[in-house]
Amino acid sequence: MPSCFAGLEKEIGLKRLLESGPERRLHLRPPRMTTTVPCDNAFSMTAPNTEPQQPAVERQRMDVDIVCVGFGPANAGFLTTLARQLNNPDGTPRFESAVAPGMPTRVICYERADDIGFGVSGVVTRARAIRATFPDFKPDQVPMCAPVKDEKVLYLLDPIGASRRSATLRFGDAVIRALKWMLPVEREALDLPCIPPFLSKHNGLLFSLGQFNQWVGQQLMAGGAVQVWPSTPVAEPIIENESVAGVRLLDQGADKRGEPVAGFMPGMDIRAALTVVGDGPVGGVGSQLDHHFGLPPGNHARDWAVGMKMVVNLREDCELKPGMVYHTFGYPEPEIFGFLYVYPDRVASLGIFVPSWFDSPVRTSYRYLQHWILHPYLWRHLEGATLRSWGAKTLQESGRRGEPWLAGNGYARIGEGSGSTNVLTGSGVDEAWQTGVLLAEGVVELLKEKKPFTRENLEAAYVKRRRANWVDVENCIAEKSRDGFQRGVVTGLIGMFLAGISKGKLAAPGKPLRPHERLPRLEDYYRGKIPAGEIAKIRAECAAKGTSAHAALMERAGWPAIPYDGKLLVSQQDALLMGGKVRAPAGYADHVVFLYPHLCEQCGTKLCIEVCSGQAITPSPGGSVPAFDREKCIHCGACLWNCAQPLPGSPDRTNIEFRAGTGGLHSAEN
Amino acid sequence: MSTPYQIVVCGSIVPDPLQTLEPVAGPAGPALKNEMMLPAVLDPWAWHALFEAAHLAKGAPGSKVWLVSIAPKAKLQQVMMTVAQKAPFELVAVDGPSSGFTEAAEAAAILADAIKAIPGLDMKKLLVFGGWESASRGAGATMQIIGERLGITDQFQGVDKLTVAADGSLEILERIEGGKHQVSKCAGAPAVLGWATGNLPDPPNNPQTGMMNMRTIMPALQRAKPAKLAAEGVKFVSVTQPSQRRGTKIVKDTSPDEIAKEIVSWITGE
Repeated sequence: MPSCFAGLEKEIGLKRLLESGPERRLHLRPPRMTTTVPCDNAFSMTAPNTEPQQPAVERQRMDVDIVCVGFGPANAGFLTTLARQLNNPDGTPRFESAVAPGMPTRVICYERADDIGFGVSGVVTRARAIRATFPDFKPDQVPMCAPVKDEKVLYLLDPIGASRRSATLRFGDAVIRALKWMLPVEREALDLPCIPPFLSKHNGLLFSLGQFNQWVGQQLMAGGAVQVWPSTPVAEPIIENESVAGVRLLDQGADKRGEPVAGFMPGMDIRAALTVVGDGPVGGVGSQLDHHFGLPPGNHARDWAVGMKMVVNLREDCELKPGMVYHTFGYPEPEIFGFLYVYPDRVASLGIFVPSWFDSPVRTSYRYLQHWILHPYLWRHLEGATLRSWGAKTLQESGRRGEPWLAGNGYARIGEGSGSTNVLTGSGVDEAWQTGVLLAEGVVELLKEKKPFTRENLEAAYVKRRRANWVDVENCIAEKSRDGFQRGVVTGLIGMFLAGISKGKLAAPGKPLRPHERLPRLEDYYRGKIPAGEIAKIRAECAAKGTSAHAALMERAGWPAIPYDGKLLVSQQDALLMGGKVRAPAGYADHVVFLYPHLCEQCGTKLCIEVCSGQAITPSPGGSVPAFDREKCIHCGACLWNCAQPLPGSPDRTNIEFRAGTGGLHSAEN
Repeated sequence: MSTPYQIVVCGSIVPDPLQTLEPVAGPAGPALKNEMMLPAVLDPWAWHALFEAAHLAKGAPGSKVWLVSIAPKAKLQQVMMTVAQKAPFELVAVDGPSSGFTEAAEAAAILADAIKAIPGLDMKKLLVFGGWESASRGAGATMQIIGERLGITDQFQGVDKLTVAADGSLEILERIEGGKHQVSKCAGAPAVLGWATGNLPDPPNNPQTGMMNMRTIMPALQRAKPAKLAAEGVKFVSVTQPSQRRGTKIVKDTSPDEIAKEIVSWITGE
């Protein structure tokens, strides 16, 4: 049965609106800002690694009309749409500021990263919403942007024999190899004869979101109606009487634990009638709102993926043309999807997605990315290429099922963190942008009518718009499309196909599980390949060296060593320096916190170490709680949802808290 | 009673220090590949000079700080969003290239003219700050030529510290050869100070300062006139990327002496 049809969903949406008040109260959690133990009050264990007690410091306060958190596509869409409406055609302000009478509306956006183009990812998109905002948009206006000219979906066979394939897949592989004389099989890859329409990005665009963000940001700032401030992390929402009254910026001049040191400057309170939260799937403010208000009944964000990518200079004689897009699946593990798209000037963007339903306790993105690059079908294009940028980010793959409360008193949620990603079409940027546009239209309506930003008004002006918009209608179709992956890749692919062709009426069943419910032990994962005693020995040796164990374990299980060439195939640490250009300014608290040390001590998988995109989390010398090095963190947030230890009393949360923090990637090409 | 100063900081933008730069031959001479795509920062040397200026102005009520900058407008605007929260200043923007392939005398002439055009400028209160060096231009001559064009004879380069005495005179610590400092004194403004790194840490971001600065930054960018910086008469014989060797090694519990020895042997190839 389909999860929701358009008409039915409208009904459900209305029901949600009507019932949202009392249900919210059932989902209350103590806010982080006022509690020292981040779990239910019934749990009495102390948590030595929770935030230090906040000293009673005097905080400066600034009042604005609207404060936005995070400058990604959602807030870029929001601010672009809003800024166009804040002035009359003659340039005079259309609305008066409530906090500075006689002045124009004050709108400020705070971005965590050190620049507005840092820490984001590339995209191939149909760009419906972006083109609607910029009807005259031409790809040559933005560096690293091109129209999609050609698309291929490739099923990659395993040329090494090391990947973990089911019997069904092995049989399928054998059939493909046997019939390769009559099938479009080349260099261990089957070129699918057609692309399902729901996956196709025909007539779309591919671009670097970093460059696109810079382009949008420059126009916004030149307009002067709104301000965007990078390098300014927001620590938390200010919640008063179950309303959001603004945000608190991160303390500066603090040590790793957040204790004041020389030059301490308490984070300023930015008070605003409306707080727009678009800080992404692992954003600190969005997470705290989820913890405080809970999610709507039945919703949960349990499906994730880490997307890791590189931007490369292709070699001079590379045959790939600008606008070419490859989607791949099947290798290096069946669960891992890949992409490659080609910009002008022989520049390409490529990478993989490692999903949370790939049940490996050593699911390292970096190592798998290198094996993917080395697949014969891709290597013929990539051999001789040079790394110019690298990065990773978490994707919220629950889509609409992960949707939080979209609006409350004084706040609204937009973008990926609001469950806007379409998990059937694999599209998120354009959808995030559109949610920002829809909120801006609602906000302008409320400003015109001089209505306050209450839950009721925001639901009427924004949520209702969103429910009626293509973003939500298509997300309803997509809602259960990936459930089948919980049962395996083949079931998942069938489920996606069914959901796509039936417009969501059919899907393969599957129940998304939390990490601790699904991750096998290393010994079970490698059963039949590596004896338990040898696994223990490898782990002990790696821990003594302060490194993760995945490389040694994978090589022992049959994966070949990576032939480093110093250009494209480089060590993970070199990728940090050459591609990610990672930095972390001093004077801020660590943003990755292991909440309960005893849970780390009893953790058998230590997946946070294996999965860490920047090798910022490593075995701790002489301790069981992993060490965290902020100067290597690229803020992908993978540790948050890969932790296999549930938080006592809150099983949908893990023992890792991913807070607001500065620094990270310094590349604007991702 | 402290003397109020008019402090003009000269500083342009440079590519973010972590970026990989590649010189290419452009139609107007050498240029950086993909320069407009590279994220930029305020030149680190000028960055220190700006903080020293803000620090001095804070201690001398009635003082004011200007930042005079030649850079592509769009990139300068973006950099200002990071810089403007750090210290109060008024921007004077000149729209021009910032690739580093410019001629010091030309840049200095444009900067000096921009300084002279600041309304209400009082030479008796004027201190011209800037970077002793630049992250993209190593000539080290720009500040000196600006001073000459403004008729300021008290000039100090490689400054690490400035102290204002009770009588308004200035005591300045300049870097000299051999890792030493030279102590100089002058009666007061006007003076040109080309800063080394100074001693001040990066100030924290202050959103209120940012909001205040933005009132003048955006109009200044809109007013910015294009500058002719064609490096006419200058011939670039060759432009190459410095060669680099990379080696990554993780060591623990190693003494500084041992690390130093290892680095020396790595450099010398022994």
